[in-house]
Amino acid sequence: MKTLLALSPAALLGGCSMVVLDPAGHVAVQEARLLVISTMLMLLIIVPVIVLTLLFAWRYRASNTDAPYEPEWDHSIQLELVIWSAPLLIIIALGAITWIGTHTLNPYRPLDARAPAAAVEPLDVQVVALDWKWLFIYPKLGIATVNEVAAPVDMQVRFSITSSSVMNSFYVPALAGQIYAMPTMETKLHAVINRPGEYEGFSANYSGAGFSGMHFKFHGMSAADFEQWVRKARASGQALSRDAYLQLERPSEREAVRAYGTVAAGLFDAIVNRCVAPGSQCLHAVMAADLRRASAALNWRPEPQVCTVADAATVALLPVEEWK
Amino acid sequence: MSESSDLNHPLFGRLSWEALPLHEPILLVTFAGVVLGGIAIVGALIYFKAWGPLWRDWITSIDHKKIGIMYVILGLVMLLRGFADAIMMRAQQAVAFGESTGYLPPHHYDQIFTAHGVIMIFFVAMPLVTGLMNFAMPLQIGARDVAFPFLNNFSFWMTASGAVLVMASLFVGEFARTGWLAYPPLSGIIHSPDVGVDYYIWSLQVAGVGTTLSGINLIATIVKMRAPGMGMMKMPIFTWTTLCANILIVAAFPVLTAALALLSLDRYVGTHFFTNELGGNAMMYVNLIWIWGHPEVYILILPAFGIFSEVVSTFSGKRLFGYASMVYATVVITILSYLVWLHHFFTMGSGASVNSFFGITTMIISIPTGAKIFNWLFTMYRGRIRFEVPMLWTISFMVTFVIGGMTGVLLAVPPADFVLHNSLFLVAHFHNVIIGGVVFGLFAGITYWFPKAFGFRLEPFWGKCSFWFWTVGFYVAFMPLYVLGLKGVTRRLSHFEDASLRIWFEIAALGAVLIAFGIGCFLIQLWVSFRRRDALRDSTGDPWGGRTLEWSTSSPPPAYNFAFTPIIHEGDAWNDMKKRGYIRPVAGFVPIHMPKNTSAGFVLAMLSALFGFALIWHMWLVAAAAFAAVVVVAIVHTFNYERDFHIPADDVVRIESARTQLLAGHG
Repeated sequence: MKTLLALSPAALLGGCSMVVLDPAGHVAVQEARLLVISTMLMLLIIVPVIVLTLLFAWRYRASNTDAPYEPEWDHSIQLELVIWSAPLLIIIALGAITWIGTHTLNPYRPLDARAPAAAVEPLDVQVVALDWKWLFIYPKLGIATVNEVAAPVDMQVRFSITSSSVMNSFYVPALAGQIYAMPTMETKLHAVINRPGEYEGFSANYSGAGFSGMHFKFHGMSAADFEQWVRKARASGQALSRDAYLQLERPSEREAVRAYGTVAAGLFDAIVNRCVAPGSQCLHAVMAADLRRASAALNWRPEPQVCTVADAATVALLPVEEWK
Repeated sequence: MSESSDLNHPLFGRLSWEALPLHEPILLVTFAGVVLGGIAIVGALIYFKAWGPLWRDWITSIDHKKIGIMYVILGLVMLLRGFADAIMMRAQQAVAFGESTGYLPPHHYDQIFTAHGVIMIFFVAMPLVTGLMNFAMPLQIGARDVAFPFLNNFSFWMTASGAVLVMASLFVGEFARTGWLAYPPLSGIIHSPDVGVDYYIWSLQVAGVGTTLSGINLIATIVKMRAPGMGMMKMPIFTWTTLCANILIVAAFPVLTAALALLSLDRYVGTHFFTNELGGNAMMYVNLIWIWGHPEVYILILPAFGIFSEVVSTFSGKRLFGYASMVYATVVITILSYLVWLHHFFTMGSGASVNSFFGITTMIISIPTGAKIFNWLFTMYRGRIRFEVPMLWTISFMVTFVIGGMTGVLLAVPPADFVLHNSLFLVAHFHNVIIGGVVFGLFAGITYWFPKAFGFRLEPFWGKCSFWFWTVGFYVAFMPLYVLGLKGVTRRLSHFEDASLRIWFEIAALGAVLIAFGIGCFLIQLWVSFRRRDALRDSTGDPWGGRTLEWSTSSPPPAYNFAFTPIIHEGDAWNDMKKRGYIRPVAGFVPIHMPKNTSAGFVLAMLSALFGFALIWHMWLVAAAAFAAVVVVAIVHTFNYERDFHIPADDVVRIESARTQLLAGHG
């Protein structure tokens, strides 16, 4: 693996740290490996093509009258078989790697048993992309932070990701690949950090004027340090009430890191369903009401239960008969 | 929104003096330059009494050759604008580190990268590609014009009107700050209440009408107007790629039109297709825009592939290797290009099976593309390669494009895309294929067909300078971006904290300067060639030893292209005719039926531009009047029965005997 990395042309060019090729999280490490293997596989055909192009151009230059010249030669079944089957074979190999890699590295999938972190109960972190800062809520710990997130080394982290207004992309290159943060939608990412350290995180999708300042730090910490960090957040004394969230949600740039000791219950679901503001109706309730109205108007009986973001888990667990 | 509309002036809408960028020095200087340049051009036109000829011979012309040339001029002019944006971005990213915020505030920078993308794709690459297709394809199939000559003129002027709207945004108001595809909700009315996105929408809608109609026109031309004997499998490869590209245009552009129409409904009348409210879903827009957007890249690259096929076969002095597999590869790419759009957003949370499907379909496209590369390679094999400028572009393309293809397939592996999506690696990838593929192809094509269009070759010294600056400049500008992408740097940032990245951005900026020299050399080449046109004159009509029909007629071709419609027996028709000892007919000419020039296309397009401008600024009265005028002019045009005429046989005799003398003098 190391030699493969050293061989990659980019590494030769750089000789400097490339976080994407040398990350610190289990998922990102596998993604980097897939990237290098795919590149090597394709170089099998790319390098000969480049060499042959330059070679043929030189060898069959007009001034070289020693080279054979066959102006009518335009067809060869054998050669065409090779031409089509060589790329085909490489794509079959690459396709197989892609199918397996995409399924094993599916961000929605909990880390498999071979990952060092799989055995432990995962840490839940809810991520909200705001204009133009990041809010991280730890629902089980009851704390929240802005523009800073931390996780213990070797513990699986389960991110639930959304956005308050426009599309962003949640990306910590050292940890794992990115996934979009989109309003009214919730995406997931499972990851684990293997080395303690301070890593760069940012939005990888342009989101407006303050986009360039949308950085945060991701801290990989020992279990003891993480506990200390949580305690410090709790001690901050600030409360992330719904009002405080509505204040925070307003567009601002390059916000300083801050922590909240308590978080309003159900805040993340309310953000996804756009009903943090008092008196606003939640999207899932609106959609359920719409469906009830529509089914009543169309005389659908029995009325089906609606699966919404807030109750998706419950509905999925119900046996089919109970829906009715 | 409706409240604010009520406050608007009935005639001027929300347009006021504040829309002029009097407080932006960069724009003021540019504006002054444009005004001076405009005055100079108008002055020159008056001085040389060129208004009449300009109107009669060009603006109202329905000759496909002239329209093709006008498309290319439009593309080259817009290239200068798009490149100015590029070099401003490179300069900003090379200086904006740490304490320094650079010289462009986000408000300006964000417009620049949006404009750069929109202009380079819609108003540089598209007009250049369409121009070359318009110019060369009818000549290649032995036709006298396209199927719908008036529509062709109208299509061009609609494209030009779209370009006019984009350029207007520079000085009146502002352009979108959304990225070149204007993803909602950012491009919705809440997050982009200004005119920028409206400029984006209406310039693309107006130009889109032209593109779609031109697509229909060129398909009809190829299907119906080939010279007798030219079966589909005897068509030149460039004609094949033109056919496939235009099928893609006709199938894809209505999707763009629909997506933008839904976005404008959201912005103008308060619907919620793509908003966050009432069940709106921005991902529907993302899907729609890429169902257009992915075929779009093949719309650009397929004709470039066609150009390379013509060039490599001509300058290797050899038949194209694997003609049939080249055709099949083109058709396969055409079909597959509709099955890959989701690879632009693997990172939006689709399931693993969906992502794998689109990843693998994307990789499958590399098989026919790879076959094409091999076909060009084996066309060179056992050839006699002349390193004229078009051939240099082709060789550089083959080396550069496979690198871009490789990084493209890499990005098609979803887990690899998770770490590279939206990064500068991606930016490097698509510039690698668009510059290394489309732009190199266009320069090859322009150099290749220039003598056919104007009757003299382009001066090769400056062409070679341009070639080397572009090639070296490309590598210097974009290889650092690959590195930066692997360092986890994302795109569209106007400021950086990490000073260690700076050196890479400085190298990239140097590359952009080299490309600027490349463009400069190209312009010098045009000027020098014009000055030395007598020495570079092509009196044979076949300066390169060409193989397809366009080289059988004079350079420049007469208005009617071919005095007699050629009869085709084999592929590479002109090569076949030369081999059989074809004797050019010198007598027996008859009158030639041709379409007549009309100003209706120009007028309709200008009114459409006005309509778009009025909608952008909420000038409802003006918009209604312009729309009514469009309808009236269109109806009036349908009553124009004087659409054709005959070139008298005497004129044909005169033109053809002049050519006979020229050919005799030559040799």
